[in-house]
Amino acid sequence: MSQNTSTSQNSLLARARWTWWEVLLWALALASPLLLSSHALIINEIAIVALFALSLDLILGFTGIVSLGHAAFFGMGAYSAALFAKLVLPDPLVGLLVGMGTAGLLGALCSATILRGTDLTRLMVTLGVGLILMELANKLDWLTGGADGLQGVVMGPLLGQFEFDLSGRVAAWYSLMVLLIVFVIARRFVNSPFGATLKAIRDNRLRAMAIGISVNSRLAVVYTVAATLAGAAGALLAQTTGFASLDVFEFHRSADVMLILVIGGVGWLYGGVAGAIVFKLMQDAISSITPQYWTFWIGLFLVVLVLVGRERLIRPWTWFGKGKKGGTV
Amino acid sequence: MSNTVLSAQGLVMQFGGITATNNVTLNLHQGARHALIGPNGAGKTTLINLLTGVLQPSSGKIILEGQDITTLAPHQRVRRGMVRTFQINQLFDTLTPLETLAMVVSQQQGLGGKWWQALGNAPKVTERCEQLLEQFHLTAVMAQQTRVLAYGKRRLLEIAIALACEPRVLLLDEPVAGVPAGEREELLQTVAALPADVSILLIEHDMDLVFSFAKRMTVLVNGTVLTEGDPDQIANDPRVKAVYLGHGDEINDAVHGVGVGFTAGPSQGGAAPSGGNAVQSVTSARANSHG
Repeated sequence: MSQNTSTSQNSLLARARWTWWEVLLWALALASPLLLSSHALIINEIAIVALFALSLDLILGFTGIVSLGHAAFFGMGAYSAALFAKLVLPDPLVGLLVGMGTAGLLGALCSATILRGTDLTRLMVTLGVGLILMELANKLDWLTGGADGLQGVVMGPLLGQFEFDLSGRVAAWYSLMVLLIVFVIARRFVNSPFGATLKAIRDNRLRAMAIGISVNSRLAVVYTVAATLAGAAGALLAQTTGFASLDVFEFHRSADVMLILVIGGVGWLYGGVAGAIVFKLMQDAISSITPQYWTFWIGLFLVVLVLVGRERLIRPWTWFGKGKKGGTV
Repeated sequence: MSNTVLSAQGLVMQFGGITATNNVTLNLHQGARHALIGPNGAGKTTLINLLTGVLQPSSGKIILEGQDITTLAPHQRVRRGMVRTFQINQLFDTLTPLETLAMVVSQQQGLGGKWWQALGNAPKVTERCEQLLEQFHLTAVMAQQTRVLAYGKRRLLEIAIALACEPRVLLLDEPVAGVPAGEREELLQTVAALPADVSILLIEHDMDLVFSFAKRMTVLVNGTVLTEGDPDQIANDPRVKAVYLGHGDEINDAVHGVGVGFTAGPSQGGAAPSGGNAVQSVTSARANSHG
């Protein structure tokens, strides 16, 4: 019996254990600003987008809440951090916390809007909240600079020592470190009993209620957490670019981050990271060839990805042979 | 009947002009094996929904272990020990049986809010999971995703989840509905072996199961309690037969089947069958259920 117990416990804990390839992956990621020093800017961007995608995955992939307005929290974090640096204190870490705090607060308020209704109503409500915030940032131009964006944000050195340089290496490390810390925490979060109850809500809300889970409070908590992390991503962007514009609230940000999750895979923390890398590199490569029409190729890629399926797309040797099997998809 | 665990008192549920539940009173004592039967549309599902809190009664009271739970939300009732299973499986498709039970047991033991420890970290949780997997014959498939399990296994998991909530009162909604013959016996045995101290209300159309399981029965017709009694009384009640009309024979067969079947097993003191006719019908009923 005791042996049996240990196998079941092992089987449960296996998921939570770190594997060697994960450690290797993160080591490579942290080394990348040094190895690819001329690409530090895009590494920074990828890390930020990956963090944003990870935050959406917590609600979309792990809890089953669809959202087309996640940019609301990204933008909230961005403007808060930029304003804080400009008006109060230029320290990046404190600014990051402020950005996360305001975005989290907004998330806690907005969580009331996603408790009821169907997926469609949730799409509409989240989309609406995103639009409201963008218009607010536009109209409150005495504070936000309106359509011109918030300029003149000067960040202090990181930890009082490392100045943000033009090559973007410090920025890339900063974003990667924040991503890693958030990832480690999120990894524990989704593998915990709390995370399991979220998956239960995603799979079957009726039954989750019938085993005593208070679904609404769980939804409110995870929505707030996701908003906080989206705020962190926004704050990183504002701090490392020294700029916040209405673009951070734009609808395409919410849509892009969902595409990134679809590319990388939902309900899997590395999905956001993988999707961010693929999406950003594709965007970078294609737009350098055809600056006007890169969305055409991204769109084509998505259609193929969804029709063929991710599993088959990354296994080219399954494309041919047994041609009939794929016909029904 | 000593110490009543669940008491529904004068429950009324009206949907507009329709009275789906009309002044229903029902008492379960500790360890009860109580069956709720009635023709389709009798209001059995509405009654379950009232008891579990999905619906709020128009009037009446529900008392669970001395506390009025009439206004509590469904999940609060579960925490106080009233748990149900579903007629149509309500499972967590992407989780494995082990993960499912670990999640439910963690939640039940008050660890559902823990977000830093890994699921299955607490030995108390995994021990209980082991017991449940064993009890419900799920150990062999504990690491497979629920959606790929055979229907019988899914049905077992359905009940295992409810039992993992450590219920005081368990509402079983047609536990053997749709289970293929080959997997049926396993399920029936498991239902028969549910812990004796848990009070069970069984809603079931399968008269075989009802009469072998229940020690007390309530017949619901048109939202009203037609009668309540032990299986013999119900089987011999002409009104029950009238309600079931075409199904009257089915009740007869089943109760006689129990009488014969239990001569070798624990004493049930059921109606002794007389004459070859009953024996014949018994064999036909058995043949049906095992065919």
